[in-house]
Amino acid sequence: MIELAGVRKAFNQGRPNEFWALNGIDLNLAPQQATVFFGPSGSGKTTLLTIVGCLARPTAGRVRLNGQDISGLPERFLTGLRRRTFGFIFQQFNLVRGLSATENVMLPAYPLGGDWRELKERAETLLDSLKLSHRRTARVEWLSGGEQQRVAIARALVNDPEVLIADEPTANLDTALSNEFLGILETLAGEGRSLLLTSHDPLVVESSVVRRVVALRDGRIVGDR
Amino acid sequence: MRTWIEKQKYLIDFTLSSLARRKVKNLGLLFLYTVIVFLLASVMLFTQALRREAAASLAGAPDVIVQRMVAGRHDLISPDYIGKLGNLRGVRKTESRLWGYYYDPIERANYTVMVPGSAGQEGVSTGRVAVGQEIARRLGLTLNGKILLTAYSGESRSFDIARFLPLESELLTADLLLMSEEDFRSFFGYPAGQYTDIALTVVNPQEVHNIAGKIANRLPDSRVILREEILRTYDSIFNWREGVVLALLSGAVIAFAIFALEKASGLSADEKREIGILKAIGWETGDVIRMKFWEGALISLTAFFLGYTAAYLHVFRFAAALFEPVLKGWSTLYPQFELVPTLDGFELATLFFFTVFPYALATIVPIWRAAVTDPDSVMRGSL
Repeated sequence: MIELAGVRKAFNQGRPNEFWALNGIDLNLAPQQATVFFGPSGSGKTTLLTIVGCLARPTAGRVRLNGQDISGLPERFLTGLRRRTFGFIFQQFNLVRGLSATENVMLPAYPLGGDWRELKERAETLLDSLKLSHRRTARVEWLSGGEQQRVAIARALVNDPEVLIADEPTANLDTALSNEFLGILETLAGEGRSLLLTSHDPLVVESSVVRRVVALRDGRIVGDR
Repeated sequence: MRTWIEKQKYLIDFTLSSLARRKVKNLGLLFLYTVIVFLLASVMLFTQALRREAAASLAGAPDVIVQRMVAGRHDLISPDYIGKLGNLRGVRKTESRLWGYYYDPIERANYTVMVPGSAGQEGVSTGRVAVGQEIARRLGLTLNGKILLTAYSGESRSFDIARFLPLESELLTADLLLMSEEDFRSFFGYPAGQYTDIALTVVNPQEVHNIAGKIANRLPDSRVILREEILRTYDSIFNWREGVVLALLSGAVIAFAIFALEKASGLSADEKREIGILKAIGWETGDVIRMKFWEGALISLTAFFLGYTAAYLHVFRFAAALFEPVLKGWSTLYPQFELVPTLDGFELATLFFFTVFPYALATIVPIWRAAVTDPDSVMRGSL
């Protein structure tokens, strides 16, 4: 489903502080599978996730999504592709403060238009499925860390994406909440979604839901199991 | 098309909620913006209405006035001058006029005293006077009551009040007092057979300048005053007064411009973060720019609408109470009159251009800079 060939990514290219975050990644990611990019801080796992999720373009190499080369697409097309294909759960959740849980969940669907009532219903159903219906009108800054993450999950799912991307999803959660999150992942994997995660949390890496672990170090793949 | 409309509805919805989330900043900005538009619009509407009022009131005034000059000073003129003018082609009517000033030491005000007839006023019989509304108000005069004036000889003279001059012309008649020729001459000790000036009515307004040239040739010791010159003078007076007020306001305008620019051009860290989030979850750069542009446009349009409406009410409903002493009146008597509400499309557009436009533009660059941020910056936590 997603193929990466010779992918390299540089930051501050041509400047004295040039830094290559990815240095020749070749990878095939099969659909409906949970994959974890595992590695220490600075190993390039988040950068890899941004390239796979169409948030950034590689400096060199090719990225193919369902056979289509997307590495050279202009931003507008990448945005459309990202909106349809990927749902994101950020490490800091990145919810919009001042908006309610439901409004936050609805946000990614705004640029698509569509019926407001239908969208609201969809957002509330998602919050309900994540046991958050009682908090749907609360402003997100009033929610606990676990609740905020569930809002972020619902937001990632609102456009019904094929692939769910989560960056260090358990970094800000205690063990109980991390297990709760993994339980949610289990359900999503069961629905046939592809899951792509970065983590250096053993709890995630050793979880039964994870089918594949790609180990990274210094922008290269150093292990794949 | 339906999707597009729904998308715009979502954008507006988000824009409104975004404005509501930064209530203090936006309400403060809206308030200041409204005050500035209100002040500028008040000055513009008021001076413009005054100019119109003056022009309308002078519409019935004579086209040309001839005054005799002695050593560069206005002197009395004898009716012979009408004869000297001869038969000028294009002059419909020629008449000599009597008018002067009376200083009321109690009210410390100058009244204009005139003998009716020349400007189409209704006459007054001997012993009676017609007075302007402001004099009547000041002195508490009643119809058929009496007014006591001190003649130039020093004796007190009492006149019956025949009528009050109409409210519609109050801008020009507030301080006017009309009396009969006989009373006028005896009251001021005005020499018999002498007049203040000669008024001419011209058939074709295009010919006014030719006629004025001929008069100047025939009567070298006289000066010729055209109605359009008087109008121009009024215009300059109002322009000058408008300029003075605008100059006084310029400090406030500059302060606002700096404030608005700072608020509009500097996006807060929170706003930048929000833009990054929106981009990361699938909003296009164009969506973000449109949303933020609408935010700025909504503030400036609302301020413009509120400020202009308030200025309109201030000028036409509350008689421009704030600027009245500066912009209106030319002696110590301030006329009270209802301005006719008018809207000038050009002035409205000018004000719009100088208030809404710069603000909307000032917001665009920083928004564009924030909106083109790479969406992955959110993922990398660099926002």
